[in-house]
Amino acid sequence: MKKFLSIFMVVCLFATFMSACTKEKENTPNNGAATVRFLNFKPEVAQVYDEIAKAYKEETGVTLMVETAASGNYEQTLTAKMGTKEAPTLFQINGPKGYANWKDYCADLSGTELYKHLTDKSLAVTSNGKVYGIPYVVEGYGIIYNKEITDKYFALKSKATEYKSMDEIKSFSALKALVEDMQKNASALGIKGVFASTSLKTGEDWRWQTHLANIPVYYEFKKNNVDLTSDATNKISFEYAENFKNIFDLYINNSTTDKKVLGSKIVDESMAEFALGQCAMVQNGNWAWGQISDVKGNTVKAENVKYLPIYMGVDGEENQGICIGTENFFAINSKASQEEQKAAADFIYWLFSSKTGKDFVINKLELIAPFDTFSEDERPTDPLAQEVIKWMNNSEVYTIPWNFTVFPSQTFKDDFGAALLQYAQGTKSWNDVKELVVKRWESESK
Amino acid sequence: MEKNIKRYFPVFVLPTLVSFVTVFLIPFIMGIYLSFTKFTTVDNAKWTGFDNYIKAFTQDENFINALWFTVKFTVVSVITINFFAFLLALLLTRAIKGTSFFRTVFFMPNLIGGIVLGYIWNLLINAILGIVGLDITYDARYGFWGLVFLMNWQLIGYMMVIYIAGIQNIPHELNEAARIDGASSFSILRNITIPMVMPSITICLFLTLTNSFKLFDQNLALTGGAPARETSMLALDIFNTFYGRTGWQGVGQAKAVVFFIIVATITFIQLKITSRKEVES
Repeated sequence: MKKFLSIFMVVCLFATFMSACTKEKENTPNNGAATVRFLNFKPEVAQVYDEIAKAYKEETGVTLMVETAASGNYEQTLTAKMGTKEAPTLFQINGPKGYANWKDYCADLSGTELYKHLTDKSLAVTSNGKVYGIPYVVEGYGIIYNKEITDKYFALKSKATEYKSMDEIKSFSALKALVEDMQKNASALGIKGVFASTSLKTGEDWRWQTHLANIPVYYEFKKNNVDLTSDATNKISFEYAENFKNIFDLYINNSTTDKKVLGSKIVDESMAEFALGQCAMVQNGNWAWGQISDVKGNTVKAENVKYLPIYMGVDGEENQGICIGTENFFAINSKASQEEQKAAADFIYWLFSSKTGKDFVINKLELIAPFDTFSEDERPTDPLAQEVIKWMNNSEVYTIPWNFTVFPSQTFKDDFGAALLQYAQGTKSWNDVKELVVKRWESESK
Repeated sequence: MEKNIKRYFPVFVLPTLVSFVTVFLIPFIMGIYLSFTKFTTVDNAKWTGFDNYIKAFTQDENFINALWFTVKFTVVSVITINFFAFLLALLLTRAIKGTSFFRTVFFMPNLIGGIVLGYIWNLLINAILGIVGLDITYDARYGFWGLVFLMNWQLIGYMMVIYIAGIQNIPHELNEAARIDGASSFSILRNITIPMVMPSITICLFLTLTNSFKLFDQNLALTGGAPARETSMLALDIFNTFYGRTGWQGVGQAKAVVFFIIVATITFIQLKITSRKEVES
């Protein structure tokens, strides 16, 4: 009896063990049609993708399974998922560097419907004439300002500058004069500082080490006619370092926060300061609208949110626009079966061409989609997206592309950000920062 | 009965063995294998020999810096934690009122997770440094002592409980006999208490040593390595290497293997030395 009991127990134990292993398989539908497994990059729209999956199932009968990586954990999640049997068939890469990491997994997309409808083919991630990443959104960043506060300044009696409207600010010198005088009049304007906190906490410094750094790098590559797809990007001399310093100094010296404590500030705090009207300007992109409008008690009116290009004292910058590009590219898993690859391609084409799909893109995901399947009036309505479109269509200015997709590595960016913090705290000289950028860029490109 | 147990030995040991092999042994061996390869995910690894190890030590100065910082941190925190934990244990085994209440209070920080604790202390330390207009990222020393303080706060209670158990196990007769012979409190402590709680010291040293060396959550949440990776400990450095650069996953893996060897060696030596000092009561 005892013997029987013990064997029985062991069998039970094993049964539970095995059932735990097989459970996942039962959940996956097995009706013949290939499913689409998508690893979503943006946690803030995770719910929207659930709705999309439902709508897609209703319209086409194809199952879309969406998994969302936690904020800032996309690479980690993708690495973990790619090793499993349930690897995503549709995922995203962040540009040429992301492609280099995932090239064994990226299928050629040049034959896909969606690519044919891409308006600007140069935006795609390509290698040897083949297409591996299709951009699905266009985003723009610059200095976001609150027109209500700048108008208040222009109406001040005590102001020391001649400017009467933001349209006159077309160079760094003008911006500097304006900002410094606004800072002097901060209490009259009811703000704590002109710029929101320059968030420099580890992991929160991408607005400077990536986005702001994009501009001097863009000018350097442009001046030296560097081919972005070549190895010539493996070295920079950071010759526009002084220009970077110009604008960075302006940010940290005319801010809501003392520059010595910037090391504990995060992006959310900066956006909240802007939303609450504690500052007049903040550098960020159109994705930040949600962050601004979601803040409780926010005082910024949608019609008062405008963009100013990031001027830093480069010759000819009067015609400079805001920075427009993307680091969100769809990639299809080349290790998936042919049917699965086709299903993934069909899904993204559906999302950006069908009526239902487009409705989700415009109104729920709020993306400015770079495809000719969208007409002029099929655009998201949030004020920052509207502003980006306005700047995009402004033929008098040149837009700055997102060249930071060729920045060597995350390690480089982190080290640069850390050096900027030390510079702000006064423990590192600007020369050291410049040297570090040049040195790290090269060593991380090896 | 004895025979029966022996006969069923494989059956009883099987569940543990299966889980040990699947969740520890296989990943561990895979990890060592991956440290010799260049890989993105586990199934596209390409053999590169010792390349990753060479890179970890020559091309990456962060690893040596992190190692040095970790060693300094471990030395300081092992000494302080055990000193204060033992002191508290001595105090709370005396016949004073409210000892069990205090034991609970001191034990409680240990129940809070590392990340949460890191963020809480980050706020507290920044608030204090804010008085002089600075924050924890200003100087690596702030981060260092912040970490030491945090670890003390978290681990003292736990170690204290172990020491209390050790002290309470000392036979009463020993203390009484010593007192009758006229021994001072200090020599009772030195010649009776400490030798008798040596098993507790072994385990406490082991726990604090490994915990300090492997510290990750608290490090990530409290300083994140700021300023400029100066307060980044080994585990955090490995994490950053793994995800910091395309194609460097293998280097991170190599660092992890080196890390394992260091931790294993140190704790092995420590266990050997302290258990030799243990006495039979």
